Amino acid sequence: MDLNTLWFILITILFAGFFVLEGFDYGVGMLLPFLGKKDEERRIILNTIGPVWDSNEVWMITAGGAMFAAFPQVYATLFSGAYVALILMLVGLILRGVGFEFRSRSPSPRWRNTWDWLLFIGSLVPALLWGAVVGNLMRGLAIDARMTYWGGLLPLLNPFALWAGLTFVALFVMHGANFLALRASGEVEQRAKAVAFRAWIAAVILTVVFVVWAFFATDILTKPGVNGLVPAVLAAVALLLVGYFLRQGRFGWAFAMGALTFVLATVMVFAGLYPRILISTLNPAYSLTIYNASSSPYTLRVMTIVALVFVPIVLAYLAWTYKVFSDRVTGKKVIY
Amino acid sequence: MNPVPLARWQFALTTIFHWLFVPLTLGLSLFIALVQTWYVRTGNEKYKQIARFFGPLLLLNFAMGVVTGIVQEFHFGLNWSEYSRFMGDIFGAPLAIEALLAFYLESTFLAVWYFGWDRLSKKAHLATAWLAALGTNISAYWILTANSFMQHPRGYTLQGGRALMADFFALITNPNIPFQFTHVLSGGLALAGFVVMAFAAWYLLKGREKELFGVAFRWGARFALIGSLLVGIIGHFQGQFVLQAQPMKMAAAEALWETEQPASFVVFAIPNERARTNALAIRIPYLLSFLSYNNFTARVEGLKDLEKAAVAQYGPGQYIPPVAVNFYAFRIMVLAGLLMIGLAALAVAAKRPESRPGLLKVLLWAPILPYLAGTAGWIVAEVGRWPWIVYGLLRIEDAISPNVSAGNIIFSLVILTGLYAVLSVLAFRLALKHGAQEAVGQAAEAY
Ligand code: HDD
Ligand code: HEM
Ligand code: HEM
Repeated sequence: MDLNTLWFILITILFAGFFVLEGFDYGVGMLLPFLGKKDEERRIILNTIGPVWDSNEVWMITAGGAMFAAFPQVYATLFSGAYVALILMLVGLILRGVGFEFRSRSPSPRWRNTWDWLLFIGSLVPALLWGAVVGNLMRGLAIDARMTYWGGLLPLLNPFALWAGLTFVALFVMHGANFLALRASGEVEQRAKAVAFRAWIAAVILTVVFVVWAFFATDILTKPGVNGLVPAVLAAVALLLVGYFLRQGRFGWAFAMGALTFVLATVMVFAGLYPRILISTLNPAYSLTIYNASSSPYTLRVMTIVALVFVPIVLAYLAWTYKVFSDRVTGKKVIY
Repeated sequence: MNPVPLARWQFALTTIFHWLFVPLTLGLSLFIALVQTWYVRTGNEKYKQIARFFGPLLLLNFAMGVVTGIVQEFHFGLNWSEYSRFMGDIFGAPLAIEALLAFYLESTFLAVWYFGWDRLSKKAHLATAWLAALGTNISAYWILTANSFMQHPRGYTLQGGRALMADFFALITNPNIPFQFTHVLSGGLALAGFVVMAFAAWYLLKGREKELFGVAFRWGARFALIGSLLVGIIGHFQGQFVLQAQPMKMAAAEALWETEQPASFVVFAIPNERARTNALAIRIPYLLSFLSYNNFTARVEGLKDLEKAAVAQYGPGQYIPPVAVNFYAFRIMVLAGLLMIGLAALAVAAKRPESRPGLLKVLLWAPILPYLAGTAGWIVAEVGRWPWIVYGLLRIEDAISPNVSAGNIIFSLVILTGLYAVLSVLAFRLALKHGAQEAVGQAAEAY
């Protein structure tokens, strides 16, 4: 395997980790105003992700950084091309990030309620837009011979991409409800358990349509060679198992299967892209691939050594954090 | 409309906002780790209370640093895609390494520290404070590695219109880094010292929690003095280095139009960029020669001669950066630095600060100085590099995204800076509120 492929895989892993971890963060954020009726309940919800949301977000930052380091052309093309969408996503992330810190620092109910809704928006917008980004990655963009996309925002808001966005939202809500079922307590825990199954039904419907649509509208599931069909089938099985375990009341397993769904769905998308990263709809020869968009072999080698040394260390202490904060959050333990 | 100035404004403003929060994170995380170490060593609850008092402030500031930082991370792709294509092979690496080595570390352990007072043993909890502080400082090192390359390219080759990394070791041992990193870090220490003193001064003036904030005051004063002295001393040697690496930048910072031997130092002047002279210059003979070369009669090249040399080297074009901006910014930084040294020295010397209300009242406002100096410093460093985005290799106008319209940039400029401004005001008010309300007993409860 060449280093270009290795970095493609590493970035797949980073995105998978990002969707699994930020996925439940976004879900929890979107559920916040609905599952928390009283202030104390909302604080319980916030505190379930309080110690981890920032390091979860670092998965996205690292994925972005890794893309810059390994495939700078992709970084340049994608972010300049999806300019307005990305700015909106950043606004969402800004509101979210400060929301956690600001919200409980003033007792005023109006202040708190306002921030709860801003946290909702700051979780919804990135979730929706990440889905749309993935949808557009699968469809391709009108990229020209200079690796530049000139089309602006409107072509990115096509029905397929928007559907992908809604699918992401539903999946994240389901994932977030599963997480709350595990870490919240009292009323919130009960409500989360009830919501999880309904969110699952919505997610299944949206996902089925999305996959069928992708089958016909993109080559992700059908292209010769490496494609996304097998991971797509496995992801479907994992998603169905989420529902099975929810019915059984085994929320730990439901959460794990949800996480697996995200991993497999990410693998599906990236496998279907490989060896392309950004598909050009103008001319297949203009597509950005892991070869024409990559850094030099030297940089890839340096980065590989750094990653091999440090990724295991990072994973070890992240796992430790989740262990330290694995108990249920009750009213007595709120800090945020 | 020309998108270049818009993109520059956008980068400048968003980065300056990021920089309002970064240095306090750098300095305050070290301050807290150190105070908490004293708590663990001596068992004296006071130190624990001080660490807990400043914890929520650090978190608030950290959150603002994080959200403004995320924008930075994507900036290079958003507005500067040609820069990213040209530099990606070199620039992406330190950014990715920063995320992997530093951002995970600081975000994870700061949260564990904040949420973990009652969950971990004393020693393990102390370790998390140090790991968080270490993370922020590693982060500074790597981003400054990236910036140092832009100031002083080393360890690269040019190939197919792109700069490629030729030597990773040369990249991370760029001679610019030791100056920049230590200058920035000591600036952060000084800032943290002044912020701690300002909160302590408020309590001492009110006569509340005198004993506790007397201790905080003394620690803050020492931090401020050490930081201010270091930032000034390092700044001097950094200036000598930059004079070699980017002579145009220092000539602009000194508003030195003509080559002089011996060169006199301009204390104050009004640079006139049209006429290419200074009005109203107040000068000290020989001093610039000495500051530049440790030699009272050395020759210092002026802007006009440097321009000729640049034209000879890089071809026709404009090479003199905005002189007035650089000149004033440099003077603001240095003046602020000198005032900081003086104030910090007074604060350290004050045996009973609670009986010096005049000094305390000044110290309430003193954090303005390091904030001003830091912003001014970046303006010198970045504007002084004009017209280069990567010194000698890539010009600013060749670096921006061709497919992003002026309208798009205005949209993002207005949205981001408007949002930052509102959030900064809110964060500042919450910080003051925290200072005023959290009497120590409650602070220990960490809400
Ligand atoms: C000398 C230090 C320094 C400098 C020059 C910069 N930063 Fe910064 N940055 C930090 C020091 C720092 C920090 C101390 O590590 C921060 C500030 C507060 C914080 O939360 O972490 C941070 C946060 C921070 C974050 C959020 C990290 C997280 O989620 O934990 C990102 C993505 C960036 N920065 C990216 C950048 C980029 C792309 C810069 C270049 C233009 C930049 N920073 C300049
Ligand atoms: C390390 C990566 C950095 C990159 C790629 C970068 C790049 C740029 C670019 C593209 C500009 C606009 C062009 C110009 O006017 O000179 C600029 C200007 C500026 N940057 Fe940097 N910079 C970096 C780091 C920083 C940091 C960390 C700071 C401070 C926190 C900073 C402060 C500034 C300021 C104040 C300006 C204003 C210049 C103007 O008037 O346009 N820069 N930089
Ligand atoms: C007291 C005398 C000081 C001197 C002689 C001095 C000198 C310098 C010089 C020459 C630069 C430009 C470096 C470059 O272009 O790469 C610089 C940059 C900078 N200064 Fe200062 N400085 C002083 C005080 C301060 C203070 C008090 C602060 C803040 C607390 C500060 C913060 C900065 C920052 C943030 C930068 C930009 C980053 C960098 O390039 O290092 N400086 N300083």
